[in-house]
Formats: sequence, C-alpha cells, structure tokens
Amino acid sequence: MDFFRGRRIKMKSARYYREKYLRNLPTKFCPGCGNGTVLNCFVRAIDDLKIDLDKLLCVSGIGCSAWIPSPFINSDTLHVTHGRAIAFATGAKLANNKLEVVVFTGDGDGAGIGGNHLIHAARRNINLTVILINNLIYAMTGGQVAPTTPANMRTSTTPYGNPEYMFDLCKLVSAAGATYVARTTTLHPLEIISFVKEAIRNRGFSFVEVISQCPTEFGRKNKLDLKQTINYIREITTRKEEEGKLRLGIIHKGERKEFTERIKETGGAAVAES
Amino acid sequence: MRDYVLFSGNEACAEAAIYAGCRFFAGYPITPASEIAEHLAKRLPEVNGVYVQMEDEIASMAAVIGASWAGVKSMTATSGPGFSLMQENISYAYMTETPCVVVDVQRSGPSTGQATMPSQQDVYQARYGAHGDYESIVLCPWSVQETFYLTVRAFNLSEKFRVPVILLSDEVIGHMRENFLLPSEGEVEVIDRIKPERDLHFEPFGAKDPSMVPPMPSFGEGYRLLVTGSAHRENGVRDYTPSVHQKLLERITKKILNRKEEIVEIETRYVDDAKTILVCYGSVARPALGAVELARKHGLKVGMIRLKTLWPFPDDEIAGTCEEVEKIYVPEMNMGKIVREVKRCVGNVEVTSIPKVGGVIHGVKEIYQWISSGGEG
Ligand SMILES: Cc1ncc(C[n+]2csc(CCOP(=O)(O)OP(=O)(O)O)c2C)c(N)n1
Ligand code: SF4
Ligand SMILES: [Mg+2]
Repeated sequence: MDFFRGRRIKMKSARYYREKYLRNLPTKFCPGCGNGTVLNCFVRAIDDLKIDLDKLLCVSGIGCSAWIPSPFINSDTLHVTHGRAIAFATGAKLANNKLEVVVFTGDGDGAGIGGNHLIHAARRNINLTVILINNLIYAMTGGQVAPTTPANMRTSTTPYGNPEYMFDLCKLVSAAGATYVARTTTLHPLEIISFVKEAIRNRGFSFVEVISQCPTEFGRKNKLDLKQTINYIREITTRKEEEGKLRLGIIHKGERKEFTERIKETGGAAVAES
Repeated sequence: MRDYVLFSGNEACAEAAIYAGCRFFAGYPITPASEIAEHLAKRLPEVNGVYVQMEDEIASMAAVIGASWAGVKSMTATSGPGFSLMQENISYAYMTETPCVVVDVQRSGPSTGQATMPSQQDVYQARYGAHGDYESIVLCPWSVQETFYLTVRAFNLSEKFRVPVILLSDEVIGHMRENFLLPSEGEVEVIDRIKPERDLHFEPFGAKDPSMVPPMPSFGEGYRLLVTGSAHRENGVRDYTPSVHQKLLERITKKILNRKEEIVEIETRYVDDAKTILVCYGSVARPALGAVELARKHGLKVGMIRLKTLWPFPDDEIAGTCEEVEKIYVPEMNMGKIVREVKRCVGNVEVTSIPKVGGVIHGVKEIYQWISSGGEG
C-alpha cells in the first residue's frame, strides 16, 4: 500500500467506526473484494467531516458496489434501479437541500446504463458526491464486459478478448462540467479518504472514481489471482500523462455555480417546501 | 363571484397539482403532455416548488420518487413513449410504496404513431406496464374541469394508499379548451401524507392496522431509512425469504383491493330504464353522451356508464348497473381493450366493441349508428 509509506496515520478503533456508522449486518462481498476498502474509507471520511448521519442520504443503484451503503451504512439509504441512482439523488437533493447526498455506483451502473445521468448531473453541477467503484467489469451478473473493461481483456461475453476500448470516466465527467473530479484505487485508502472528504466539501458535482479489484469475476476470467489482479490495477494506472492508462490524482477542479444557486439566481426556489 | 376562465386540460392538471400541494415536478418534453411541464415551470417557483427538466423520462420518474422520499409531493407528465420509459421506476414506486402522480396524456401509437393525435391505447400499459405484481390506481377524466378534480384526487389517493397513481388523460382532453372554474382553497379536499409518530422502532414497510398502509417518514428526519426495490422486511432490510416476500406482496395488493370502494368512481346517465348501455371513459364519453341523447330523442332506451376510475376495474358497479340490460357497447379509441374487462363482468349480456383508431375520436352520429342499427356501425 504505497500511500501509507512514510505517513503517520491517526485512526480511531475499528469498533468505534463500526458501532457509530454501520448497521450490525453481515456484508456479502467476496474475500479480497475492493468494496470493503471503499466502505471502510468512506466511514472514516464522514467521521473526519463530522457528518450528521441523520442528514446523510446514500443512494445506490444495482451491482456489487451498490451494496456498499445498503444496508450497511446507518444513515438514510435509497437503493434504486440499475443505473438510475444519480437521477433519484437529484430529486431528493432538489426536494431537500439540507440532505448530504452521496451516490455509490459501479462502472456498469454509473457509466454504462446510467451514463446519461452522470453526464447531465455533472453538467448541472448539482451538489452531489458520486463515488464510482470501477472494477472493470459487470461483477454482480457474472463478469460480463463493461464500458470500462480494458481492450483485449477476457470477460464472460468477450471470450476472445475485448474488442472495445475502455472508457476514461474522469475525462468525461470533467468535460461535462463537474467541479471536483479525482481518481484513485483501493491500493490507496488514505487517498480515497482525502478525495471523498474534498468531494463532499465541494459545493457542486463531485466525482471520485476508485479503481477496485474484483478477484472473483475480473480476476478469474483473466486467470489472475488476487495479488495479480491488484498488480494489474497498478499496470493500467499512472500518475503521469500516459496514453492508454488511467491517470490517478485530482483530475479536475472547476469554478461554476452550483445548480440550486443557479435556480435561485434565475428566480426559482432552491428547496421545495410542502 | 369567481369567473370562469378558458383553460386546457393540461393547464387544469398543472393547476390541480399546485392545489393538491405538489411542489416538485420532473419531466421531459413530449406532445401532447408538454403544456403540463410548461405551466408548472412557471407556477412552481411562485409557490416555492421546484421544476426540473431531466435528461429523459427514466430520470424524471427517478427524480420524482427521490423527491417524494425527501418529503415533497411530486409528479411527472408524459405520453406513450415516455410512459414506456418510466415503467421500470414506476415498478420501483409500487415496491417501495412511494406516493407520486404520473400523468399519461395518451397519443396514438404504437411507437411514434401519430404523435399529435389522440388515442386510448395505453389503458393496459397504465394497469400492467410495470413488471411484477401490484395493483394500480388509474383515473380517467372526460373534461377540463374534471381533469382538475381527478388530478387532486390522484394526489389524495397516492398519499392515502402510498402508491403511484396514474392520471390517464388523452390528447383531446389535454388540448381542449373549456370553461374552467378554479376551486377556492378548502373547496376540494386535499389529503396530506400520514407521518409516523416519532418512534425509532417504527417500521416503514409494515402496517399493523387494517388499512395495511404504513405511515411514511421522510429522509433527513432521523429514521435512518432503508428503502430498496429488493424484497424486504417490514424494517426495510433486504430479505429473499419466500414467506417475507409473499407477505409484502399480499399487503401491497390487498391494501388497494380491500378498499376498492373508496377508490372506484363511475358516473351513470339515463340508466334506470335502459335496455342498451354504453360503457365509456375519457374523451370518448363526450360523443357517447351525445349519442345517448340522440337515441333518447328517437325513443331508444339507451343509457351510459362512464368510468372515472379505470383501475381497480369497477366490476361490481358495472355488473350492478347492467343487470336488466340487453346490450352493451364499448366505444373506445383503440382496437378494443376495455371491452374485454366489461365482458368479464357482465356474464351473458351481449357486449360489442366500437373501436376507433387512426388518431380521431368517434363522432356522435357514428356511435348512434352502431346502437340504432343494433350491431355493426
Ligand atoms: C435494467 C436492468 N438491466 C440489467 C440488470 C442486471 N444487472 C444487475 S447488476 C448489473 C451490472 C452491474 O455492474 P457494475 O455497475 O459494474 O457493478 P459491479 O457488480 O461490478 O460492482 C447488471 C447488468 C438489472 N438489474 N437491471
Ligand atoms: S463479485 Fe467481485 S465485485 Fe462482487 S463482491 Fe465479489 S469480488 Fe467484489
Ligand atoms: Mg463493475
């Protein structure tokens, strides 16, 4: 875990986080899955930010990654249809602007079937935080190819190798108008924490992509064990500009007014009142 | 003394939403429903409400459900193609027992069909369009004024039963202009959401009382809600146990069926001595009434039943009214759909469909021809 190197970390006990932030329910993730790391880091981020759990709404779609908040995080959760989490979140946020709304989505969920909602939420710059767990595959349904699967990789629907190119989602979301865009991996938990914190603090559309390992589907289909799957993530990511690789770090910060501010500016009401 | 104004059905629908307390609208433009969005885009900000145009109808339906759980009465409006796109999330609303109103101003299909012209082709989509097991409430206005009343009623029923309610209008009603009187405040009953007593052990998906409708908390109130479209226990925790899901589906269907009489409304005209009855709904009830009155002038004993509630289907009300009747006609702007339901409820009475497609509504004389000739028109 390169990010830990040379850093002193102050963390509270695991029990503290568990009792304060999680419901007492067993998680369903496979051994070695990256989703647990994201859950762990998210809880630490909201603890650092002292987020009031009564005002936190976690929205997720369908897929393994959608199970990160639901039913584990002890806040309001809205577990919706495949790909539509951002659209549901948009409605909830516009109806009650006091809610802190965080969307958990997978690469298939957020960038395949739900890609249009991602683009338009970024364009509106609505104050949502989207955490997209990119495990390079449709995991929950048995390892089919995703828009994020790297070229030539094997999946259950690309038995001869993937003929398509992988999607750079941070570029897409930056171009669409998001005001905070960052990418890291499950190998960098401290970076996940700090990016999630910055994303939540940003008043506007924030996007944190976490490249994550799925040993069960992505690993097995490509004859990679857990360690090799993790190494593969190292291979396809970079800290520099490198063609064909996914750049890690803060990708984009923008200055645009947030959607509800714009609604107010143009004569509308920011929050619906019934 | 209030004055009548000239209003379209779509405008009446939008004003009714405001009257009923709707403060959130998400939609996507489509003929012949767009005026509802346009009217609300102007009106909602005046009452501290939010209008948002989403990227498609899937997102619109999603945002409406999200807003409802955030505590705000919410609505969307569309027509056939958009209504199809909404179905997956309408199913989600049935499953999560989310009150909201979906307006379908029907146009002629299939597909893009005759985009600017009317039909009543979505009657089954309104009832069965979403996947899974559920009971629907579908209301069907025949005038501009009634579009107002039934829109308010749609909100009331959605709050009372915690279900999405579908207002099934059509291009004729949506675009027609008629004298319209905006009811004053308090004149029409408005039912608000039933909230739970503050209780941390409250179960948002389990009703102990015979209503079978649990009160509904909102996000941000400290309930730490688990809302999911997956099978769930009464506290919202996902659970695939057969008996748990069976119990849930029994409750969400029976909560509607057991209280059908609170939902179903029909209107009858000239039925007391009628030997022939027209069963009709929506805009087609207008020429149908004309035909009934023409028939009466010619001494024919013809009456009419108008279905204000299309679903739950008024089985008993139709059967009861048609006991002494010899012949029933069902004029509708489709190839013959509701006629099947009518046949189902009236036993041995002869039931004849008066279909009409092509994007035009039946004429008075056309319907009269059918009934006066005693068969084919
Ligand atoms: C409308 C619809 N289409 C398809 C599915 C089936 N489905 C469930 S999860 C999933 C893929 C999820 O992939 P991703 O978002 O990458 O999540 P992961 O499981 O990889 O975390 C699909 C296609 C569905 N639930 N709904
Ligand atoms: S299938 Fe993959 S993504 Fe899903 S829980 Fe298992 S390891 Fe994680
Ligand atoms: Mg995935």
